[in-house]
Amino acid sequence: MRKRLATSKPTKGSSGKTGSWRTFRPVVDPEKCNACGMCALYCPEAAIDEDLRVDVDFCKGCGICATECPKKAITMEREKR
Amino acid sequence: MAGTWGRISTAVSPFPNPHYCVVYMRTGISMAEIPKEEYVLKCTSGCAGCSSTLCLRYILKAAGPETVLVMPACCTSVIQGAYPNTAMNVPVYNIAFASAAACASGISASYRSLGKKTNIIVYAGDGGTVDIGLQALSGAFERGTDFLYICYDNEAYGNTGMQRSGSTPLGALTTTTPAGKIHAKKDIDSIVAAHSPPYMASACSAYPLDLFKKVRKALEVRGPTFIHVLAPCPPGWRFPSDQTIEVGKLAVKTGMWILWEREYGKLKISAPSRAAVKKPEPLATYFSAQGRFKGIDPAVAEQLRNEVRRNIQRFVREEEQSCDQ
Ligand SMILES: Cc1ncc(C[n+]2csc(CCOP(=O)(O)OP(=O)(O)O)c2C)c(N)n1
Ligand code: SF4
Ligand code: SF4
Ligand code: SF4
Ligand SMILES: [Mg+2]
Repeated sequence: MRKRLATSKPTKGSSGKTGSWRTFRPVVDPEKCNACGMCALYCPEAAIDEDLRVDVDFCKGCGICATECPKKAITMEREKR
Repeated sequence: MAGTWGRISTAVSPFPNPHYCVVYMRTGISMAEIPKEEYVLKCTSGCAGCSSTLCLRYILKAAGPETVLVMPACCTSVIQGAYPNTAMNVPVYNIAFASAAACASGISASYRSLGKKTNIIVYAGDGGTVDIGLQALSGAFERGTDFLYICYDNEAYGNTGMQRSGSTPLGALTTTTPAGKIHAKKDIDSIVAAHSPPYMASACSAYPLDLFKKVRKALEVRGPTFIHVLAPCPPGWRFPSDQTIEVGKLAVKTGMWILWEREYGKLKISAPSRAAVKKPEPLATYFSAQGRFKGIDPAVAEQLRNEVRRNIQRFVREEEQSCDQ
């Protein structure tokens, strides 16, 4: 094999963190949440883990999780900065 | 997934994590059957709410680590990230626009000659499939290449700014059809079907478990297989990013997009489309959910409505005939 073959390395956050540009963040109300997992199913970024915690370093704030939550347990709150 | 939701109590749940609820869908697959491994690592460079990213998550979960992706130029070649990093946790071969299926043929032949069963998957946009990659696609299917070709269809050339493609529907606004497209969507599925592949299917990002199941099925088959996934695109179709799943569901519920699979020529309409082919929701709800159909000429809308009706009839009739065989 050629020595200097240009290959990229699989990396979490390969396109940086989203915190600096995201305008809304999902906030879960644990009282309303019934742990159905719909939000994690539909998150395009896999930013919700199996314990249903949102990884705000990599969440893009698209709002899909809030729209798809059958319990309306997620609100999209504007980022303050 | 328009079916009934049921929550299984943790007492009978065979799954270890009590927080992770188990919902059985009409697709017959539970969320707990989906591998937890992610092969699209967090934070791609895709737009917020990109359904192509969502599709790829489930496609790679279905395929697993023994997979090589072949990708022509498309949004996903950007989504994968820039050198020296990548969001993709499987090898990706980036190839010129016209050549994805030809490249996959070579890769498949070399793996098979080594006796390896590695999944070879082309993941291409609609432009790279119905327009520019069509001859390579036809060649690979004619040669019987052992691979899976997935076309994710955002119905335009997304990466370069939403120019119309052969897959853009009639009447849709794109940057090159500012008054609405005057030609009908090309029927790529019929073109592929003419090659008589052992397995082909349609899917939609709003039904990820259905997609997962179809990818698994396709990969079990030897020979060329094809999956055509509708992938709603927030900036391109002009809807808010939180509506990605809703727009996909509307496409299916209105019959604008029908979910089906054809195994060795036998057609079966998939569960999420069963209700829609019997009683489709009004197409107007699909139009009004997106900016790209804003101000659509009523005559064009009527043409689309007729097209949808004809399409539904065609699939229902083919399924009936499939049963008779
Ligand atoms: C031969 C060639 N022509 C044009 C381009 C520019 N180009 C790169 S991606 C792209 C659009 C691809 O559209 P599609 O296949 O639908 O994928 P999408 O971007 O929508 O995901 C174009 C035109 C190219 N890379 N190579
Ligand atoms: S807002 Fe979007 S990216 Fe963030 S957790 Fe919800 S679905 Fe995922
Ligand atoms: S979709 Fe809503 S109810 Fe279900 S797990 Fe997520 S936050 Fe909880
Ligand atoms: S333009 Fe559309 S398909 Fe392309 S990355 Fe953005 S949302 Fe995804
Ligand atoms: Mg496209």
